[in-house]
Amino acid sequence: MPDVIPENSVGLVTPKTHHFDEPLTLRSGRVLKEYDLVYETYGELNADRSNAILICHALSGDHHAAGYHSMDEKKPGWWDTCIGPGKVIDTNVFYVVALNNLGGCSGSTGPTSINPETGKVYGPEFPICAVRDWVNSQARLADVLGIDVWAAVVGGSLGGMQVLRWSIQFPERLKHAVVIASAPKLSAQNIAFNEVARQAIAKDPDFHDGWYHEHNTLPKAGLMQARMLGHLTYLSDDAMKQKFGRELRAEEFNFSFAPEFQVESYLHYQGEKFSTRFDANTYMLMTKALDYFDPAAAYGDDLVACLSNAQCRFLVVSFTTDWRFAPERSEEIVNALVHADKDVSYACIESTSGHDAFLLPIPRYLDVFKAYMDGVADRCGLSGGQS
Amino acid sequence: MTALRADLAIIQKWVKPGSQVLDLGCGEGQLLKYLQEEKQVRGYGLEINPEKLTACIRNGVNVIEQNLDNGLGNFADNSSDTVIMTQALQAVKRPDELLDEMLRIGKEAIVTFPNFGYWKTRFYLLLKGRMPMSDTLPYNWYDTPNIHMCTFRDFEILCREKGIRILNRTVMDDQHQQHWSIGLWPGMLGEIAVYHITRR
Repeated sequence: MPDVIPENSVGLVTPKTHHFDEPLTLRSGRVLKEYDLVYETYGELNADRSNAILICHALSGDHHAAGYHSMDEKKPGWWDTCIGPGKVIDTNVFYVVALNNLGGCSGSTGPTSINPETGKVYGPEFPICAVRDWVNSQARLADVLGIDVWAAVVGGSLGGMQVLRWSIQFPERLKHAVVIASAPKLSAQNIAFNEVARQAIAKDPDFHDGWYHEHNTLPKAGLMQARMLGHLTYLSDDAMKQKFGRELRAEEFNFSFAPEFQVESYLHYQGEKFSTRFDANTYMLMTKALDYFDPAAAYGDDLVACLSNAQCRFLVVSFTTDWRFAPERSEEIVNALVHADKDVSYACIESTSGHDAFLLPIPRYLDVFKAYMDGVADRCGLSGGQS
Repeated sequence: MTALRADLAIIQKWVKPGSQVLDLGCGEGQLLKYLQEEKQVRGYGLEINPEKLTACIRNGVNVIEQNLDNGLGNFADNSSDTVIMTQALQAVKRPDELLDEMLRIGKEAIVTFPNFGYWKTRFYLLLKGRMPMSDTLPYNWYDTPNIHMCTFRDFEILCREKGIRILNRTVMDDQHQQHWSIGLWPGMLGEIAVYHITRR
């Protein structure tokens, strides 16, 4: 689709896959004897391996964070806004690693992979992963790539939770943590939304308790509903007002139950698109990982004690109209970091875009983020922090 | 190291090396940056202006987006050695409560504010019969962020009522310069004061 690759794009990229033979014990107690992680890298790793940035993806993200897989690809990677030459995460300066998490459906081992023990697709038998399992597997990928210490680990939403987990679990392996539009744990409301989404999938007759592959079906209707609901929580009332208002597709009401308002057809479109590209079991698994995440629980629910092990500097960013992970949730993290006497900066960005804002080119957001990443480059002794 | 604004230069002298500082309304973070680099001070700045907040991040200081009018409940008792607030006291909703908060969080506080008792201000009101405007106070009465102007004497009376001890006071003109002549009648001749205060 891009006739010409834009100058500030990382250009054409090819994913790589690494096969891991060493078993990984998961939080659930189950063991993945072997697994693959698919990842992309942008920029060059410097001689002393001090310029590496890890990108952690959110619920429906993957390893394709920037650039294009081919000239036919319609859209660049999901965080192309922020990753590229001269961009916020400047690939002239940094070596950027983005991977698809375990349990994903974009190439890393997950429910759609073949279970080597049974020779069948894992399906619903793929172990439910926790955020710490992802972080453990990411650390192994870092070992493979020869990265002892990340200059920064960066992520939004569920990605931000992985960043937090990194700072607690491998405090000596990252210098900076960038936690965007995230939360220290889900609220009851967040969990409730996830459960409604999971039920929509589970109750789809084509779901077959997760064995849809064996029945040659896909629970498209359920996944579509789940995505429509999820999508609602990513938008704000303001954003929907601006985007659709009460606009109709036709001139007048036609007094039927088919989608009539633009907002309805938009949701249908988003749900439809998602239901053909995403795996339902992966969606179930990812939402469970979200629900389970609560690093403070092991410290008597004391987030300050939990974060006191961290050694890195933090940037925390929230967005005013994000109600999925509202600014107050980010402020819980910030306040805990302040109480733990950690280096932290916090910006609450004015935006009408809700949770989705973290993926959008909002000028003030990019300014703050860029200023911080230039500081990361400076503190890591990388020449030309600003390009 | 760039030269520090004159009032900040006075403030920094009162901050102990290696101590913990909270800077309320920290602007672009110049003072924190200076204290960090020259005195190995640790701490946080609070700021709500977007451009200034970004400048703080560029300056490599910890800055938190937080409105002083929403309170400082997220900072623990005695978590700082010194809480600093330059040129913001007159712009908050409840300066008296904020002073209490500053001395709850910090063992000491440093406050600067413009003197409404400055002779030019007094004469402006007396002769023109209008709310005083000047280079230090460039706003109209209806759009000024300075909603709680006070004189040095007002401030000192408030401190006495609250049992706050004034450790030190430096009075300056609008260029933040000290001059012996201001000392003749500071409440009349001083435009800005820096107070170093503590709990009794």
